[in-house]
Amino acid sequence: MRIALFATCIVDAMYPRVAQATVEILERLGHEVVFPAGQACCGQMHVNSGYFPEALPVVANHVRTFESGFDTGEYEVAVAPSGSCVASVKHQHALVADWAVEHGVKGADSTLAARADAVGARTYELAQLLTDVLGVADAAAQLGSYLPGTITYHPSCHGMRLLHLGDRQRSLLASVEGLEVVDLPEAEQCCGFGGTFSIKNADVSSAMLADKVANICGTGAGACAGGDASCLMHIGGGLHREKRTTPSGRPVRTVHLAEVLASTREKPLTIDGELALAGTPGGAR
Amino acid sequence: MSTVSLGMPALPPRGFGNISETEPFPSYARRELQNDQLRANLRHATHTIRDKRLRVVSELPDWEELREAGSAIKAEAMERLPELLAQFEEQFTARGGTVHWARDAAEANRIVEGLVRATGSSEVVKVKSMATQEIGLNEYLEERGIAAFETDLAELIVQLGHDKPSHILVPAIHRNRTEIRDIFLREMPGVDPELTDEPRRLAMAARAHLRRKFLSAKVAISGANFGIAETGTLGVVESEGNGRMCLTLPETLITVMGIEKVLPRAEDLGVFMQLLPRSSTGERMNPYTSLWTGSTPGDGPKDVHVVLLDNGRTRALADRHGRSALHCIRCSACMNVCPVYERAGGHAYGSTYPGPIGAILSPLLTGVEAEENKSLPYASSLCGACFDACPVKINIPEILVHLRGEDVEARHSRPGARRLPSQFDLAMAGASWAMSDGARMGLLERGLPLGKAAAGRDGVISKLPGLGAGWTQSRDIPAPPAESFRAQWAKRAKNSADPHGIKEGEGK
Ligand code: SF4
Repeated sequence: MRIALFATCIVDAMYPRVAQATVEILERLGHEVVFPAGQACCGQMHVNSGYFPEALPVVANHVRTFESGFDTGEYEVAVAPSGSCVASVKHQHALVADWAVEHGVKGADSTLAARADAVGARTYELAQLLTDVLGVADAAAQLGSYLPGTITYHPSCHGMRLLHLGDRQRSLLASVEGLEVVDLPEAEQCCGFGGTFSIKNADVSSAMLADKVANICGTGAGACAGGDASCLMHIGGGLHREKRTTPSGRPVRTVHLAEVLASTREKPLTIDGELALAGTPGGAR
Repeated sequence: MSTVSLGMPALPPRGFGNISETEPFPSYARRELQNDQLRANLRHATHTIRDKRLRVVSELPDWEELREAGSAIKAEAMERLPELLAQFEEQFTARGGTVHWARDAAEANRIVEGLVRATGSSEVVKVKSMATQEIGLNEYLEERGIAAFETDLAELIVQLGHDKPSHILVPAIHRNRTEIRDIFLREMPGVDPELTDEPRRLAMAARAHLRRKFLSAKVAISGANFGIAETGTLGVVESEGNGRMCLTLPETLITVMGIEKVLPRAEDLGVFMQLLPRSSTGERMNPYTSLWTGSTPGDGPKDVHVVLLDNGRTRALADRHGRSALHCIRCSACMNVCPVYERAGGHAYGSTYPGPIGAILSPLLTGVEAEENKSLPYASSLCGACFDACPVKINIPEILVHLRGEDVEARHSRPGARRLPSQFDLAMAGASWAMSDGARMGLLERGLPLGKAAAGRDGVISKLPGLGAGWTQSRDIPAPPAESFRAQWAKRAKNSADPHGIKEGEGK
């Protein structure tokens, strides 16, 4: 299958390794990955901050960029390694398009909402694509995923509540050879990022983050995995600021689901030159 | 405001009363966050009810269908509101009651005062009611020499403590037992000076205090959970039985009801009597449900009145993106699951309606453009827990975003605003320019190595200027990678002989 990668702005600019891991996984499964060059951002930062006029060109760009490949048959589906960006494409784009028409914004396009919905319908979050479309249930068997150590998992709000990802991400992690997934207490609680919320309500956001960080560290896991780079940047930023370490003394980090799945025996996931979960319990089963 | 054109010259009047923030949410919340006792009380209380709610909700296999039904009935009621209110008035009057209409808080207060005065009494007992909190009725009556006694235990604690409620179901959620004992010792006439903070002893003290009031009061004031158009019936749902006492013992009963509480049919109650107790107290059935239809000679109050309160509700109704906020049945499930409410507490929202519902309802009632509640739509991380919990499926996150849009638009259309954009406006405009074009993004990303240079020795950025300062107060930012994915991909495409030409570990 030919699959279009939507890297999302944060992954593209801050975590290219996550996009790279996504490509690796899909290619290992025998699919071809296309990167539509005009892509930039899903626009949720603008939408969620109430800047609809500013969101409109961002949304229009996304729809334009991705629909052409669908139309020409260049690719069949699109994937993004981020639940919130996929939720934005699926649920917010048409709203913004309708808003523009309703408010008579100059250049508003009455066809945009329907086109946005068509793009949204073929856009998947990574775990969704792997599980529902590509039928990957056992990452170790089908992808050769291998990572020794213990990890905990934070299900980000938008994936959990807007996309109803259920246990898809967690099951994929749990099927990685060598990896033990330990439960995160109060896992379903928001980490406090919320885009510009983290700036506009910095104190409440920080208090939420403090609880998330404490819960993660309480598990004793070597890292916290998740499917949203932005939440992970937030949580990782808190872990780093508080200089949190595992019982064995190495920093507790955040890793993206895609990176874990891309990790193999031959080329296990490393961070700063050491094995991602080095020194944490778990290990080969 | 996006309004339905009803051919009216202007928007319906704004609501006012205790529905406006007293200070911007972020600064109020910052203060409250420092109160460890408050945070511990809130955390304990919300988590207890939250867990209980989850347990009893999961018992019902048709919970989702019930939510759908509740949502549909409310949508129908909003659609047919004028017609249903007229029907309610007709039925209520036919059964011996009197209907009064109040456009806003001031009018409602005046009507109630007049009704109390007509009885010659200067004391009333009260059933816990959000509507009368919203219009500030107690304070209004107090100033005019009429004493209003709250009879709900938690409301009593708030009233004696000269405090404000901070939760719609558990108004004294921010207090612990020791604080409550101190308040009783200080404020309750004739209280046992040996009173301990044992819950049973506290409840007994309140009970003795309240008994005297129930037996002497000639007038009671209540709110209403439901008003049934078909039969002109009013209903109150409660846990302690104090409401039942107030609703049956006095001679005159005055009910203040928001116009959105009307339900088309008596049978609709079946849905809400399942949704409400499970969502609010985590009980299968609430202990007391009182329904009354007009007056019956020799039984209960002789004189029954209802004040139908607008106070911004028609205004909220005119906002088609926001109107479903009026579906709210005040169960409080949204605040019990809200991570922001849990930390900031109810007072930070300024209004009688705190938490997620307050963050949308208060601005809708007063009007966002009035700026009174302009920080409330931002008091959420949009995590969606409230939407999941809401028994009538109010899409609170979507309405929050809609109201943010209204706020930004209102701000920008003020004279001079365009000439003086805020730092945030500039950032948003700049990001929009960059993020609406892949080539521009690519160009900007060539500056990523600069960020790497700005990072400290440990490879992170710990201090940002301006807007970013909020972020770096508690979080580091990883140094950006030397190259964006876009750039890496372009290289790979050029050098297709090496399909995996991206070095691992880049971008940390
Ligand atoms: S918005 Fe929904 S959850 Fe919140 S109080 Fe109202 S009915 Fe309950």
